[in-house]
Amino acid sequence: MNFALSLPLEHVFVLAAALFCIGLTGVLVRRNVMFVLMSLEVMMNACGLAFVAGGARWAQADGQIMFMFILALAAAEVAVALGIVLQLSRRFDSLDVDSADEMHS
Amino acid sequence: MESLFYIAAVTALASTVLVVTGKNASHALIYLIVSLLSVAVIFFLLGAPFAAALEIVVYAGAIVVLFLFVVMMLNLGKGSVARESAWLRPRMWILPCLLTIPLFLGLVYALSGESVQTAASMVGPKTVGTRLFGPYLLAVELAGILLLAALVGSYHLGRRYLSERREEV
Repeated sequence: MNFALSLPLEHVFVLAAALFCIGLTGVLVRRNVMFVLMSLEVMMNACGLAFVAGGARWAQADGQIMFMFILALAAAEVAVALGIVLQLSRRFDSLDVDSADEMHS
Repeated sequence: MESLFYIAAVTALASTVLVVTGKNASHALIYLIVSLLSVAVIFFLLGAPFAAALEIVVYAGAIVVLFLFVVMMLNLGKGSVARESAWLRPRMWILPCLLTIPLFLGLVYALSGESVQTAASMVGPKTVGTRLFGPYLLAVELAGILLLAALVGSYHLGRRYLSERREEV
């Protein structure tokens, strides 16, 4: 009666890949910067899921440790990115990322 | 036990699609919370209870709330009472509640029966902590420096004078 044997690791990885692809689609498709940031969070979360699944497969703590580093990275990224969002909305009065393409010729 | 995983997986996929395709940012954040909760269920089933707790506390508790602060703050000027009530109209809560009901039923099932086993070799918080402050100590220090840099950077970006300087240009 072993749960780890009854749950194929491939299914967890397929789920992680699917979540990552949904997040990547969101980053590429959406133009509202809040949704782009949320999609980035989804992608990082999918990476963390893959790490934890791998760590659980070999019963090591390293997967969870990598997940914690991803968590710290996500927190730092969100803090800086939301500061940029504030500046974007102050300068351009919009959350559209295309409004900030001033370097574009 | 396997079914719990598949229920959580379907919930995660559905709510993530709703996050990406949503139109209202605060609604999408609620779906993001549902997605993070279902991923936390999967972590628990994989035998990583500490990661599951961190997922809820840090992701759903801190990062999403930070998003919500900014969403609410940006709409403060032009936002009206009607808009605020439009955000929180009751119809909007139906789908997130329906999505979280399977997770809640899974929780009730896990608490009621003794039959639920997670992974055969559960990696507890003690093991994780011992590894974290042993071989990974340097990485922990680097993560601390990264967070400090993010703190300073976001403080600088959030200041007002950056927007005043633009008017001179």
